[in-house]
Amino acid sequence: MNFDFSDDQKMLKDQARKFLSEKCTTKTVRAVFEGDAHHDAALWKQVAEMGWTGTAIPEEFGGLGLGYLELCVIAEELGRALAPVPFSSTVYLFAEALLIAGTDEQKKRLLPKVASGEIVGTFARAEGPGAVLPKNIRATLKGGKLNGKKIAVIDGPIADYAVVLAQTSEGSGERGLQLALVDLKGAGVKRKTCETLDASRGHSDIVFENASAEPLGKIGEGWSDASRVLDRAAILLAFEQVGGADVCLAQAKDYALGRYAFGRPIASFQAIKHKLADMYVNNELARSNAYYGAWALSTGARELPLAAAAARVSATQAFDYASKENIQTHGGIGFTWAMDCHFYYKRAKETGLVLGPQRAWKDKLVTELETSNA
Amino acid sequence: MDFEDSPEEAAFRTEVRAWLDANAKKRAGKREISAEDMENGAEGEMVASKAWQKTKAKAGYARITWPKGMGGIGGTPMQSIIFGQEESKYDVASGAPFAIGLGMCIPTLMAYGDEAAKKRFVWPAVQGDEIWCQLFSEPAGGSDVANLRTKAEKDGDTWTINGSKIWTTGAQFSDYGIILTRTDPGVPKHKGLTMFYIDMKDPGVDIRPIKQASGGAGFNEIFFTDVKVKDSQRLGEVGQGWTVALTTLMHERLAVGGGAGGGLDVPQLMQLARELELEDGPAIRNAAVREKIADWYVRSAGLRYTTFRTMTALSQGKQPGPEASIAKIVVATKLQDLSAFAMELEGEAGVLQGAAAPMHGLFQGGWLSAPGLRIAGGTDEILRNIIAERVLGLPGDIRVDKDVPFNKIPTGR
Repeated sequence: MNFDFSDDQKMLKDQARKFLSEKCTTKTVRAVFEGDAHHDAALWKQVAEMGWTGTAIPEEFGGLGLGYLELCVIAEELGRALAPVPFSSTVYLFAEALLIAGTDEQKKRLLPKVASGEIVGTFARAEGPGAVLPKNIRATLKGGKLNGKKIAVIDGPIADYAVVLAQTSEGSGERGLQLALVDLKGAGVKRKTCETLDASRGHSDIVFENASAEPLGKIGEGWSDASRVLDRAAILLAFEQVGGADVCLAQAKDYALGRYAFGRPIASFQAIKHKLADMYVNNELARSNAYYGAWALSTGARELPLAAAAARVSATQAFDYASKENIQTHGGIGFTWAMDCHFYYKRAKETGLVLGPQRAWKDKLVTELETSNA
Repeated sequence: MDFEDSPEEAAFRTEVRAWLDANAKKRAGKREISAEDMENGAEGEMVASKAWQKTKAKAGYARITWPKGMGGIGGTPMQSIIFGQEESKYDVASGAPFAIGLGMCIPTLMAYGDEAAKKRFVWPAVQGDEIWCQLFSEPAGGSDVANLRTKAEKDGDTWTINGSKIWTTGAQFSDYGIILTRTDPGVPKHKGLTMFYIDMKDPGVDIRPIKQASGGAGFNEIFFTDVKVKDSQRLGEVGQGWTVALTTLMHERLAVGGGAGGGLDVPQLMQLARELELEDGPAIRNAAVREKIADWYVRSAGLRYTTFRTMTALSQGKQPGPEASIAKIVVATKLQDLSAFAMELEGEAGVLQGAAAPMHGLFQGGWLSAPGLRIAGGTDEILRNIIAERVLGLPGDIRVDKDVPFNKIPTGR
């Protein structure tokens, strides 16, 4: 039994934390929030130079070929720092879609550019509010042309490429679905930057009008390919969420120890102590579920979809709770723009919705349980 | 990161399997859990439990981490966990009757008793011949354990104990107990305590089982009238009883936290949800039901993998952290909520109990035992305090009676 990261992986984590504590301070996050840019380009460049974007990409495609456990420890630190970089869209979603469904040629063409940080990639599924279901996908891929509209595409304003879930009309519903690879700088792509909750992440609505696109994977496998991409991204993002949740607990704790009311530190009131204890319990459970996800991801275990759903639900709940109760612990000052609490509150919601809501993941989790019990 | 045994662990597992094959029967299929199993101390199990305990003790598997000659094999915590994992696959009697004695009392005796006491008591307890209970709680105490009034007064070489204890698990089956008494009421409450071990069959010890809300009687109230105890039965120095008690309580949280919940969890809820029909079709297809299942699953799974992290730390020679406190909070509240939800699904049949109820009253049993589980071995509130204070380093609660002599503390009711 060894349910922990190795010493080398822990060292990588320490290095990542050290790097980010210097290069990605609250000021960095605040600047992106308050400015017009949708990410910190200098930080993104440095992150790529460190090789983080190529962590789990095999060497033959220009990556470091380290593995997913290494990517997990980096993810946790990016989450702690609220790093305003298009890492999750490019690395967890776009690169994984290529690795899962791409041809050798497609991988050779694009993955080295992901690894080197030359391109930002994203992944587009939803077309409107509510559930994303095979029958709701109206975007079409026919004869190398993509038509339709996708909403709230993560890092849409800065992305160079997108993987898009589309209908080929060869067979209805799930049987006709396929992933499409699109150059967002090509003709027939119109992007509209949306106002978003978490301004350190730009989101766009994207309209495709006869945009040139190539198939990624096979017809009829678009839905399952997308699910596999989401599973992997859910585990990696769970580490970001756990990192963020831990910071919320630390902020709440520090504030409660230093803030006096009624003649004592508010950290000595049971109402506050119990709230923080609950945060700790949630965070530990989420961390353990994320670890299991990391194991499943790194070994390609059969349990991966279940582990992904559990990691996703647990981490989303923990980050939600920690970020909202962090503000509550701070009292009025916690709700001001001047404090950092709200950045975490917003990131918690952004990360909790970007791969689909908890409700959908819970349903998936139970479906997986039903299958595994059968 | 993997779940594989190290070569040493694998070798031990093989050895344990061979021994279990030779001494017990494999469990056929899934284990049926009855409502009665949810209660502690079912008398019918006692004979079988004692026999299995003796078999394990002879092989050194009853207390694996204890030294040879004390009933163990000087094994690692990891080996103990491996044995537990393998043992759970066999149809063997529960070790519950010995949990308090071996988990808390005997370790305290081993730490503070003299050589004669260790020689006399450790082995009979390990092989299940003698059962121990822990006599700490009192009616006025509750979570404030040190607020106890049972007094011990010394006359020559003999102490006389008068007073009463309550919530004592398994006292009616016990041969011996460790008891925390007040020996000096004129000093602050934590400073005037002294620990002893006593013979539960001595004259003056009156044990009265307490009928619980669940109908069972795992706990007892005990009255002590002029019970005589020799000074050699003292554990630790006079006035140092609190320090001794902390040793016991540390062991208690480790013991109570682990397997609590009686195995009632998400799989049983899913089984019920598959069998039942709701207003809009099968319960398992209902969105609200599915959300609840997922919520409880992530808590169960989180706890399971937290245990894996603990096991990893143990196997690397580290001390266990506060996981036991987390476990009991999570398990007890989950048991209560999950059971109540299941009964809600059962509809009007939810009021039934035992064999008449769906799944033989499994959820009703869980629901009835859950309030006790949330209190025994440290309330949810106390456990949250422990996490807040010992893990997060937040300040301790204000204790207005801390420096006041015990006999000057206001008592209320």
